[in-house]
Amino acid sequence: MKQMTFTYQPTLSAESVTMQNEIAMAEEIKDTSIISIKNLNVKTRDGAILKNINLEIPKNKIVVLLGPSGCGKTTLLKSLNRLTDLHKELKVSGQIIIDGQDIMKAGQNLSAMRQRMGLLSQRPFPLPASIYKNVAYGLKLKGIRSKKLIAHSVETNLKRVGLWNEVKDRLKSPATSLSIGQQQRLCLARGLAVKPTIILADEPTSALDPISTKIIENLFKELKQHYTIIMVTHVLRQALRLADHVVFMYYGEIIEQGHPDEILKNPKTTILKKYLIDGN
Amino acid sequence: MNRRKIIEEWIFKTISFLAAYSVVLILLYLLIVVFNKGIGALSWEIVFSLPKGGYYFGGGGGILNAIVGSFYLSLGATVLAVFIGLPAALFINVQLIRLKRTQNTIRFFLDALWGIPSIVYGAFGFAVMLFFGLNASLLAGIITVALLITPILVRAFDEVLKTIPVELQEASYSLGSTRTETALKVLFKQGFAGFITALLLAFGRGIGDAASVLFTAGFTDNIPVTLDEPVATLPLSIFFQLSSPIEAVRQRAYAAAVVLTVIILIISVSARLLSKRYSKNIIK
Repeated sequence: MKQMTFTYQPTLSAESVTMQNEIAMAEEIKDTSIISIKNLNVKTRDGAILKNINLEIPKNKIVVLLGPSGCGKTTLLKSLNRLTDLHKELKVSGQIIIDGQDIMKAGQNLSAMRQRMGLLSQRPFPLPASIYKNVAYGLKLKGIRSKKLIAHSVETNLKRVGLWNEVKDRLKSPATSLSIGQQQRLCLARGLAVKPTIILADEPTSALDPISTKIIENLFKELKQHYTIIMVTHVLRQALRLADHVVFMYYGEIIEQGHPDEILKNPKTTILKKYLIDGN
Repeated sequence: MNRRKIIEEWIFKTISFLAAYSVVLILLYLLIVVFNKGIGALSWEIVFSLPKGGYYFGGGGGILNAIVGSFYLSLGATVLAVFIGLPAALFINVQLIRLKRTQNTIRFFLDALWGIPSIVYGAFGFAVMLFFGLNASLLAGIITVALLITPILVRAFDEVLKTIPVELQEASYSLGSTRTETALKVLFKQGFAGFITALLLAFGRGIGDAASVLFTAGFTDNIPVTLDEPVATLPLSIFFQLSSPIEAVRQRAYAAAVVLTVIILIISVSARLLSKRYSKNIIK
């Protein structure tokens, strides 16, 4: 993470010093971790899925969770918006602090908390409705009733994911009439419409062809300016292309983490070395 | 492929073929027998007129009372069963999603209820009717048939909901939906085509059942105007006509059976068509 220093500059006016300080502070906030996971454990009757996870997730970065199947990447991702609550067999303990608030505490407004995190699953799951209604769904849940505002948001978010030109003439068509790649972008637009700050992506390109994969990857690169993206992937090259920070997991534990160039090119642990050799 | 595998393949293919086509053949045979015996006696008068005096002893008139009565009864029972069945199925699949054991226990009881013979429902309905001091009536019949088809409907809705991918629910929750919003705005829509099919099949089961209404719905030559009047049903009408010693009356029983079969076939085809129509939005 970037270390910020504040130095006195006598040649500058008081106003410009204030402005510089504000920029510096803004930079500092931007670099501060948005999610802080402390001692997170997820267990089932058969054993632990996540073991004492401690992780800081920086703001406006792409954090890639890497590791073999069954190592707990998806469980970690779903713990972040408490979708683990849907499974009684999962016993979750620990702290997940998002913007200073522990979301694991009882009495949380789960709807509002989840709206802050867009979710993109392995396969796109558009809602059983038209393209337009898919994007408008979250807005209506937020209580937005103005048709003009909804229409504007639908257009804006479909444009953001590069889908507008492809669907503008058939917004009333079923979302399922789109190709898988288009559906995945629609799901992203649907998530963005509710103005999240974090995007959770669980192998979002695993069902897509190379062209659609590239579109999603490019989108993620653009979106990270405004969002924190936490992505699960098995594809090492994808991690190298996208990640600002890689977290390697194995059997429910974080084994190594750091910049992709550091940990994927010069792994320190034998487990990661072996995984990279097998993966390649 | 070696010889053993070829023989295995052939045996399996033959058994599957025979099993599949025997079902079709049995249905075709049933239809042929019913239509063959009934079509001669079928007339506009039978379908569109009420029985005149002594209909079951060879008098004139028709079975309009039973056709309309069956519709009243099945429609009422289906509406009642839907009001109980749909929330129950949604409750099992949404609110109890974390309680697998409770879900399975409820499903076990529903399956057990499904397996109870309809005459038992009839007897139960009769006991309830006596307890509340009700007469054999459309209302008592509706309640009894609703009891009969509710477990069928709940399990059918439940099976539809079980096929909905959990990721779709997660997508809905991640957009900020509550459990109720997810149930009503996502699961209901996703399962709608399946619900229609289940609904029409339950309606078909209701319209074709005789035993459950034997003691509860009564029988009349008229079309009921209020819920506390007795009602005639097609299965009972067929039963009474078939019990007659008069050949012409027995022939008319087959004509009534043709009417009932045609209604059931229309319901089945409608279920398929509606299901196809409403499945355009759903994820497969």
